[in-house]
Amino acid sequence: MSTDYPNELRYTKEHEWARIEGNRATIGITKFAVESLGDITQVDLPKEGEEIRKDAVFGSVESVKAVSDLFAPCTGKVVKVNDPLNDSPEYVNEDCYDEGWMVQVELKDPKELDALMSAAEYQAYLKEQDAG
Amino acid sequence: MRYIPHTEDDVQRMLRVVGKPTVASLFQHIPERLRATRPLDIPPLDEGSLLSHLGEIGARSRPAIGATPRDGAALAFLVAGVTPHTIPSAVDALLMRAEWYTSYTPYQPEISQGTLQAVFELQTIVSELFGLAVANASMYDGASATAEAVLMARRVTGRRRALLSGALHPQYADTVATYLAGEPDAEGRIDPDAILPVGADGRLSPQTLEARLSNDVACVVVQSPNFFGVIADLKPRAELAHARGALLVVANTEPVAYGVMKSPGALGADIAVGEGLGLAIPPTCGGPGVGLFATKSDYLRQLPGRLVGETVDKEGRRGYVLTLATREQHIRREKATSNICTNQGLIALAFTIHLCLLGRRGLTEMARLNLSKAEYAKQQLGALQGFSIPFSGPTFNEIAVRVRGGDATRPALRLAEKGIYAGVAATQPGFYTDEKWKDLLIVAVTERHSKQDIDRLARALDEVCP
Amino acid sequence: MSDRSTKSGTPIETRQLLHTSRPIFEQGAPGRTGASLPPCDVPAVDEKVALGALARDAAPGLPEVSEVEVTRHFTRLSRWNYAIDIGLYPLGSCTMKYNPKVNEKVARMPGFAGLHPAQAESTLEGALELMWRLERCLCELGGFQRVTLQPAAGAQGELAGVMMIRAYHADRGQRRTKVLIPDSAHGTNPASCTLNGFEVVSLKTGSDGLLHADVVREAIAANPNDVAAIMITNPSTLGLFEEHLGEIADVVHEAGGLVYMDGANFNALLGKVRPGEAGVDVMHINLHKTFTTPHGGGGPGSGVVGVGARLEPFLPTPTVEKAPGPGDKYRLEYHRPKSIGRMRSWFGNFGMFVRAYTYIREMGGPGLTQATEMAVLNANYVRARLAEVYSLAYDKPSMHEVVFTDKKLKKETGVQTLDVAKRLMDFGYHPPTIYFPLPAVTGGAGALMIEPTETETPETLDAFCDAMTAISVEAHQDPAIAHAAPLNTAMRRLDETHAARHPKLRWSRD
Repeated sequence: MSTDYPNELRYTKEHEWARIEGNRATIGITKFAVESLGDITQVDLPKEGEEIRKDAVFGSVESVKAVSDLFAPCTGKVVKVNDPLNDSPEYVNEDCYDEGWMVQVELKDPKELDALMSAAEYQAYLKEQDAG
Repeated sequence: MRYIPHTEDDVQRMLRVVGKPTVASLFQHIPERLRATRPLDIPPLDEGSLLSHLGEIGARSRPAIGATPRDGAALAFLVAGVTPHTIPSAVDALLMRAEWYTSYTPYQPEISQGTLQAVFELQTIVSELFGLAVANASMYDGASATAEAVLMARRVTGRRRALLSGALHPQYADTVATYLAGEPDAEGRIDPDAILPVGADGRLSPQTLEARLSNDVACVVVQSPNFFGVIADLKPRAELAHARGALLVVANTEPVAYGVMKSPGALGADIAVGEGLGLAIPPTCGGPGVGLFATKSDYLRQLPGRLVGETVDKEGRRGYVLTLATREQHIRREKATSNICTNQGLIALAFTIHLCLLGRRGLTEMARLNLSKAEYAKQQLGALQGFSIPFSGPTFNEIAVRVRGGDATRPALRLAEKGIYAGVAATQPGFYTDEKWKDLLIVAVTERHSKQDIDRLARALDEVCP
Repeated sequence: MSDRSTKSGTPIETRQLLHTSRPIFEQGAPGRTGASLPPCDVPAVDEKVALGALARDAAPGLPEVSEVEVTRHFTRLSRWNYAIDIGLYPLGSCTMKYNPKVNEKVARMPGFAGLHPAQAESTLEGALELMWRLERCLCELGGFQRVTLQPAAGAQGELAGVMMIRAYHADRGQRRTKVLIPDSAHGTNPASCTLNGFEVVSLKTGSDGLLHADVVREAIAANPNDVAAIMITNPSTLGLFEEHLGEIADVVHEAGGLVYMDGANFNALLGKVRPGEAGVDVMHINLHKTFTTPHGGGGPGSGVVGVGARLEPFLPTPTVEKAPGPGDKYRLEYHRPKSIGRMRSWFGNFGMFVRAYTYIREMGGPGLTQATEMAVLNANYVRARLAEVYSLAYDKPSMHEVVFTDKKLKKETGVQTLDVAKRLMDFGYHPPTIYFPLPAVTGGAGALMIEPTETETPETLDAFCDAMTAISVEAHQDPAIAHAAPLNTAMRRLDETHAARHPKLRWSRD
């Protein structure tokens, strides 16, 4: 299970992950999200330089018959966007923690990340959701 | 009742399975206060009486187009977005196949490949006609397609203002205005000053357009050939719009013109819309029509309406499916690109079949016939004493004529009583209210009209105008 | 047929010589045509001279085929479609009832089909009379004051209805911004509101599948003086009658709002409920559902809208009026100062008016009432026969359609709604509507929404229920069959992911 939800990442209840490196965070969606969406056909992301706000919608992912909003785990300016996803959204299905990353942001308030879940907490949360 | 198969025995047996004593008890849970207070007052008719009743109603109108060319129908030169063409018998014969007209939206592709492939072929034909990369499965009609094009241009540009050419079909302009009437301020609505005046050549002049363009304009809507029949020079208008970050939307109500006329895509249009009714089915009092819609591939995700795409099945065979459905209301609900659900399937199919029959050669030949006959009519009508051709721009098969006597509606009405529907008066009810167009009669001449028909029209107009 | 592993059920044998037809652009030969055009009897004009730089250099890339090739192509393609005239088409909420042939005959009479919409009114008398008569029939059926025939389809009817609601409040000097919509509503409802600048407040369906007045009260209290209307589908998309509609209408009216009823399912109410008399201010009716105009592979529809006195001033223009005085004289009224304007060109989908009026007059009041009764009986019969086999979404009495889910089947076998739908094709049926209403409303399970309509015989329903039962039995024995279905159709499951990831939306010479 540990590779399903890597320990070095932080997680949200909306099934995004964040990888923190210095004052930057790389953001993507979790294996659970990918599995419930099915084959992803389109990823809509903000442009470089735009600001995203914690808990606000910053983009969307589409499968053949569903669209899901992406919620930002933190506030910050977008400094990098995974442009290859435009042509190859399947990277998200194939490798959601590496090639399937979505945006990298410059953190405005690193403390915001304290509220996110650890891998263990997130897995407990998933279990709880399933039981509910 | 021939469409309801249930015998009394059937009903009793079924009620036993359902566990209800009577049919009425199936409705028992409807609260008293919501129930109808009396039975319906509509008398039923058997087939014979039904055909007599409808036949009598039908006989109270005089059609513009007969079942055969000269069977009591009027001699009609009517236009205004519905230009009746000769529809080959094969079109209706194929439409009458139950697999086309009694099927529905191809939700299950494995058993709907017929409709899906036909729509794919329609998308290809519309893309070819308009010279734009992607076309959808069709919209309700040309007017609502124009309104949807304006909404789409607003999404693409993130701006709200739309400018309409004064030579855009007035019903199309009205429809756009209705769609935008909920906007909170004048910037988002179509107020009278959003409609740009037409110049001496019958077109929106580049000077007028340049003066009115600002950096908050989402799109400029131009029709070509326009309501007065004049073909617009789209390129300079597209360049002006693009220079200010606006899109050029081009409306067309006569796709036959593309047999001789450059496509909007080739001249810089970003979105093209059209009406295909005149090539699909008889005029049918204006509906159902079929709205054509195409755009550049960059704007694919903002396209309203259904789309069919090519794919393969499990065994690798070429097939077709509805695709990119996440733009649509059934998935995106309040965030959809449009609320449109259906397309105009059957009419779109008729349009597709006719264009396949015409083909590359037939369309060009038909267009040349229309152009030649209309040029002849232009000469004949323009040469009548006191008549003139008011606009200098080039035309296709519709011509605006300034009639003698200052009022086009009266001679048109008098001729209608004599069985000649001479054309559409620009200020007849439902069109322009501007008095300056009061003496304009717009006449359509197509492959359906012989030289004698045109000569007869000229003589009749000359007789009836004061 | 060998892969049907069960003896129960009564599969329809399907054997035929089914031809494929390559895209028409891959057929024919250069220079070939199916056109029949007259010789030019006036001086020929060269477009390069007449149009100059605007003349086309090369003709559009249309096919080059003869009439025979076109006829074969579209005949062959047609055979790849399922259709009502082939068999049961139980798409819930779409009302795929039989389309009477006499409708088609009448609609093609030159006195209707041959009319040009710009003809002088004096030469359109019959058309105006037909529209006026159809409006009167629909008012009689719906309990409305007036009906606009203009909207081209249900979704455009909704748009017109919501626009009238907006105009009504504006006329009273109010700017209300919210519309209440139950979560079970069709997606067009919220989309129509957004197009009108309204914000949607989603209402939760009760645990019994119905909308309750308390939920509406709470939403109104949370948005004081800001609720423009409620949009409520009745019967709901769950096939249930909204029993609290009267009380809900009172609550909304007291708060100054209006009641929009989505009449997509009006075929369940003919002769039973007149919505206009039951507190509904505005409702669209799909002529292609309730009144048998053909669905045409996805249109044309017709989404006429009935209104009560409050919204009458705001109807789209033009309206058809009967002139006072002796004789039947009709005219078009363009001058309605409070009108929302025009929704489209001309008068609406006139060809559909002719068909719907023909149907209404053939059936008459008694026939239409009987149609509703038998539609409800048929749905309840299917419900009774399958209640033990599939999971009922809700236990309330069904109207014209019944919603099952895959809850039990999926848990027991792993076979889900999509598989059942695909396997039904192997038994010779078009599947029901699937995955609507949305899982949020069906307890997370995949919906199977079945609407048999009144035109189906009990024998057909029995065979269909046998097939549904056989699929469940088979799923318990060998779920792999359903997962792989359809097996007997001309095409197997199509790769929708590929189509969406690499959109190919027109033919091209590769």
